[in-house]
Amino acid sequence: MNLAAATNENLAHTSNVLIYSSMAVYTLAFFAHIAEWVFGSRSKVGRTAAALTTEEAAAAAGTVKVQVAAKGGGTAVLEKPKVITRSAAGSRDVPDGPGAAGGTFKGDLYGRMAVSLTVLAFLVEAGGVVARALSVQRAPWGNMYEFSITFSTVAVGAYLILLALKKNVRWMGLLLVTTVLLDLGIATTVLYTSSDQLVPALHSYWLWIHVSTAIICGAVFYIGAVGTLLYLFRDSYENKLASGQEPGSFAQSVLSRLPSASTLDKFSYRINAAVFPLWTFTIIAGAIWAGDAWGRYWGWDPKEVWSFITWVAYAAYLHARATAGWKGRKAAYLALVAFGCWLFNYYGVNIFVTGKHSYAGV
Amino acid sequence: MSNTTSNPSQERDQENAAELGAAGSQLSTAPREETLANLPAMGVIGWIRWFWRQLTSMRVALILLFLLSLGAIPGSLIPQNSVDELKVQTFKDAHTVVTPIYEKLQFFDVYSSVWFSAIYILLFVSLIGCIVPRTATFVGQLRSRPPGAPKRLTRLPAYTTWRTEAEPEKVHEAALAIVRKRRYRAHLAGDAVAAEKGYLREAGNLIFHIALIVMLVAFAWGQLFKYEGAKLVVEGDGFSNTTTQYDNFKSGSLYDDDELTPFSFTLDDFIGTYERKGPQIGTPRTYEARVTFSDGAYGKPEKKVIKVNEPLVVHGTKVYLNAHGYAPVVSVKDGRGKEVYKAAVPLLPIDNNVTSSGAIKVLDGYRNKNGKIEQLGFQAFFVPTFAGKGKGTMWSQFPAADFPVLALNGYHGSIGVDSGIAQNVYQLDTSKMKEFKDADGKQLKQRLLVGETMKLPDGAGSITFEGLQEWASFQISEQPASGWALTGAVAAIAGLAGSLFIQRRRVWIRAVRGADGVTVVEMAGLGRSESAKLPEELADLAVTLNAEAPTAPGTDSDVAEASSVEPAEGAEK
Ligand code: HEM
Repeated sequence: MNLAAATNENLAHTSNVLIYSSMAVYTLAFFAHIAEWVFGSRSKVGRTAAALTTEEAAAAAGTVKVQVAAKGGGTAVLEKPKVITRSAAGSRDVPDGPGAAGGTFKGDLYGRMAVSLTVLAFLVEAGGVVARALSVQRAPWGNMYEFSITFSTVAVGAYLILLALKKNVRWMGLLLVTTVLLDLGIATTVLYTSSDQLVPALHSYWLWIHVSTAIICGAVFYIGAVGTLLYLFRDSYENKLASGQEPGSFAQSVLSRLPSASTLDKFSYRINAAVFPLWTFTIIAGAIWAGDAWGRYWGWDPKEVWSFITWVAYAAYLHARATAGWKGRKAAYLALVAFGCWLFNYYGVNIFVTGKHSYAGV
Repeated sequence: MSNTTSNPSQERDQENAAELGAAGSQLSTAPREETLANLPAMGVIGWIRWFWRQLTSMRVALILLFLLSLGAIPGSLIPQNSVDELKVQTFKDAHTVVTPIYEKLQFFDVYSSVWFSAIYILLFVSLIGCIVPRTATFVGQLRSRPPGAPKRLTRLPAYTTWRTEAEPEKVHEAALAIVRKRRYRAHLAGDAVAAEKGYLREAGNLIFHIALIVMLVAFAWGQLFKYEGAKLVVEGDGFSNTTTQYDNFKSGSLYDDDELTPFSFTLDDFIGTYERKGPQIGTPRTYEARVTFSDGAYGKPEKKVIKVNEPLVVHGTKVYLNAHGYAPVVSVKDGRGKEVYKAAVPLLPIDNNVTSSGAIKVLDGYRNKNGKIEQLGFQAFFVPTFAGKGKGTMWSQFPAADFPVLALNGYHGSIGVDSGIAQNVYQLDTSKMKEFKDADGKQLKQRLLVGETMKLPDGAGSITFEGLQEWASFQISEQPASGWALTGAVAAIAGLAGSLFIQRRRVWIRAVRGADGVTVVEMAGLGRSESAKLPEELADLAVTLNAEAPTAPGTDSDVAEASSVEPAEGAEK
């Protein structure tokens, strides 16, 4: 018994050390990203890319290469049909920016370093979460500290998966790493709760199901929100260019290197649409759990209310995308409001509002 | 800012729609947007029709959704009657200025308020008004065939062409076979094969919206027919499920008493364990109630355990463990030394360490030393773990019964139970009672350990702290139609996934003999705007078809000239 307790103490301690180490590595990744942006700003590519607002550029980039297995024995090269694509009506045909590195070798090098460091930090942080789980011998989501460290791990994990799938997401690296540091900073200072067991109300396998999906949804919604926010900046930048105004030099340098507004917009739509069903599931799983724990599946508890509000806000966003006249910026504001609701549900409700969901020392 | 871009784009949309004609029509069943310019053709019927079209438009659905989430906010920040009436009262007492305003606005009952109901009822009328015609449209689409190819395929978002020596008829045949193999619905319309796939998207979307209605109806049904009651049971005591046995009982407005499921149980033992060290000392770790349960009026007794997350389920009625506390067993002797009272008295916890308070009421049987019938009352204050004498605190230090101490003071006279006013069992109305005094003339107070006795002055008898039992309180509830709510929820998720992850798209393959006798194959695809997959899929199809109808030697599939035309809707990089 005592021995077991000692191992747990050790594991809890290991977890803390890992979390602090991951913060150190994230900090290095942060500086590498800064270097990437700084070196990238010296490039001329970014500036010229911004000027390319003609449609020809888009059409030229639009062909799709198709890989076909060569016919058995045939030596003649088949002439493959080329597919011409066109961008959606209403969107400006602006090509994507060259990325933070701006096409410079040095910038790219630092960018790659940043990504490698992020991978390392992610592994260390994930180790911290696992050690925490082992130390308490349960799902590591019993309080806000545990919730926060898992949340940022999952957000970074989602970003790395997108990178691994060769999606164009490196532009969000700096912002993501910065906010992860912020999240961990708050977690380790304000929200820290030492390793312990759960109150009986949380003893349920629904904890695994409901809370894990809630965390995944939040982390992925967050990535969507980053895309949306950058979309808004990039969109006003493109609007300025289109109307012949001169954007400020900072905006010029930074925004010109981001993907085009329509790419960002599509990116965040896809992300949000992809997790929306999971969020729906999360709420329903929560309702089933509430039915088991409190005798009613829906009772307008503050947490339930804000989950519902978040859900309706995202539904409104999806509707907005399907409604002419609401696409673009208006829909983007809705998406940000929806994410704001999620954030409030996570921090605000736990801290300012008391309800059945208040437990375990914040 | 957005105006500068949205107007030209809308014009473009319209141009495109005109150009695509039927080919681009009804790739979804979303209702057409009504502009406000379409003012009604007067008359009452005209207005009603206009109002109905507005209500069932996507824009109004969007606004109503937004209002719904906005309207839900106050209920999360202001205490709600449906959640905690006591908190509402406290709030009302503390905020006398805003209370009348809040009351007018029904802010203490947001989720059953007129305005909140109005929003969601409008939304659901809108939803039904939206689903019915969309279902009809969809069924129509399923019955009919994919629309024929537009005149100029080059205007579509994904396009490819090549020349081949194969006969056009052969190309059509091969094309039909290829797309059908990939489970497109396809037919030859004029000089082109028209194919369509992904109807499940629309089906999913309709299922999702219908499931929302099912969920709402199930929720409303549950509210109307549910019942919910609470019962406190001391170890050793029992409960059987009839309305009279409940401490409090609430039911939906259409609930009928005869619907109570017959069952009974006895609480054999309550077990609570608590964290003994660390910063979360005192936090509960296990709560379980061991009961002997009988199903129906004469069921066979079985042992069961009810835990916090694991209610006992009896034919749809659920028995939840929701609180616990201590019930000191006390006995009272009267002036003649006769035991007139012995019971386990449940006390209510007032803090996390289960410091508890309550009242002991001896209603009949007691006679004072003069033989006169009187009633006795004691105010009881109990701590399961006493800090120790001289520690300066009477509050409990730990929730488990490590060092139980019962503090009592006593009254005699009339408790006033006969006065007809309902009494709180945990409080003592001392208005018609006199304090027992000690030798100094002060109120008699004493702290008792288990087994100790407090003597009442002047031979008025005594009270003994005999032992300690625990009580558990159960919430017993039945909410019908929760199965329907769950079914709706599952259908909603499935439908939503179909609606968001499946692409609906059309492909046309035209093959015509050119002037030089060589066949020109043109392929084009059209989808809803959000997918990058369409060009890839078209390219895939093209490659497969190209194997059947190889590119004629010496010709290049030159499509560059086509690229100067305006893009069509749904195009994608
Ligand atoms: C209870 C309120 C409602 C909720 C929560 C809701 C939710 C949703 C969601 C999440 C989607 C996205 C799925 C997709 O994009 O395919 C959607 C799509 C859609 N909704 Fe609703 N909806 C509601 C009411 C309505 C109403 C009243 C209408 C009719 C005016 C409507 C018409 C549509 C249409 C046409 C689509 C498909 C848009 C498209 O094809 O892209 N919805 N709805």
